[in-house]
Amino acid sequence: MSGLKPGEVNLGTSIMAVQFEGGVIIGADSRTTTGSYIANRVTDKLTEVHDTIYCCRSGSAADTQAVADIVHYYLQMYTVQNGKPTVPLAASLFQELCYQNKDSLSAGIIVGGWDKVNGGSVWNIPLGGSLHRQPFAIGGSGSTYIYGYCDAKYRDGMNQEECIEFVKNSLALAMSRDGSSGGVIRMAIITEKGVERIFVPGDKLPVHWEG
Amino acid sequence: MSSIGTGYDVSVSTYSPDGKVFQVEYAGKAVENSGTAIGIRVKDGVVLAVEKLIQSKLLVPGANRRIQNVDRHIGIATAGLLADGRHIVKRAREEAQSWRDIYRQPIDGPNIASRVGDYVAAYTLYSSVRPFGSSTIIATMDNTGPKLYMVEPSGLYWGYHGTAIGKGRQVAKTEIEKLNLAEMTCREAVKHAARIIYNVHDDAKDKEFELELSWVCEESKGLHQVVPKEIADEAEQLAKAALTEDMDDD
Repeated sequence: MSGLKPGEVNLGTSIMAVQFEGGVIIGADSRTTTGSYIANRVTDKLTEVHDTIYCCRSGSAADTQAVADIVHYYLQMYTVQNGKPTVPLAASLFQELCYQNKDSLSAGIIVGGWDKVNGGSVWNIPLGGSLHRQPFAIGGSGSTYIYGYCDAKYRDGMNQEECIEFVKNSLALAMSRDGSSGGVIRMAIITEKGVERIFVPGDKLPVHWEG
Repeated sequence: MSSIGTGYDVSVSTYSPDGKVFQVEYAGKAVENSGTAIGIRVKDGVVLAVEKLIQSKLLVPGANRRIQNVDRHIGIATAGLLADGRHIVKRAREEAQSWRDIYRQPIDGPNIASRVGDYVAAYTLYSSVRPFGSSTIIATMDNTGPKLYMVEPSGLYWGYHGTAIGKGRQVAKTEIEKLNLAEMTCREAVKHAARIIYNVHDDAKDKEFELELSWVCEESKGLHQVVPKEIADEAEQLAKAALTEDMDDD
């Protein structure tokens, strides 16, 4: 996973996004590391690229910030010229950048948002720059520890509250197992109405079996 | 209506004292003297029709089309210098593809019209090139519905419900204005388009012609295609019949 250059800062990370009727829930941990030092323990890895389109960033902090900024710019231009973009359009822009620059980038991005045409949708763009629409997506180093958990817990047709619990519990488990993930959980609920942010402090994290 | 532009009409980078660019106006003459092309936008799609004047009996029927495809959902009809029209269509195809490459979606009407318009306009800015001697009628269909645009040699373009270019454009426009386009279906529009082309053709001045008909509509599932033979043939029969009807009434 570490295609990081010397001195580069790593979004170790556990990120996640889930689609439900009417929108998406996106979530992330808050740990940024340089080696074993936690450079930022309260990072915001959920980045806005449009009113109701966000991305969850994992991999190199610099790379993902740069890519998200470029997509944000293109979506602003698109909005001015053509009206509101759709989530798949934003995801396509991410993909174009991640794929064409795959040799230079270390970026795992999950795009999640709401638009009038598709409702809520989640688009996973792993390292190589492929694009996958999924009902829910997980990413980052911490995600490896929760594949089984998520597959077991996920059900189709969950409502907003159930999705929030699903994201919260999954990320908490990933953060407890993965050294590169931790801190607090930041989530965002994205619907037609807009974006509502949720914050779960470190001492209020759900606790799984700890012996 | 045409003014003489002596001295100010040699280069496209020269204005006349009354604010005209004569080279662009002259380019428009090439369009005015060409075979008629019309576009009609109706409730469920867009129909394009062209009066393709046949220069020689040796030409293969159905060849040298003046209506071409761009992507799958866009049709472009040309009037004027056909080689210029082909060149513009080539560029439109590249623009449509580059849009798909970035956004992974087909390009929509307003954007393809804008790109073609910008391209044509660029050739009116420099004295080292000449303006295109063709107008293009652009028909598109996407999930926001059917759209029709027409780009002139100056690069100016507008969206239309109905438009006509070439020799018979005055008569054609009058005929199109009589139609209730908002309520019409493509099937009906095809018949009217064929009738109008036959109507504007001047047997005295011009030789034989071939009728080119294409549409992009719900019935064609949003694809731009030549109107199916049965429907086109029927429309042509009705058009010929309508002509002889007119001639009998004295």
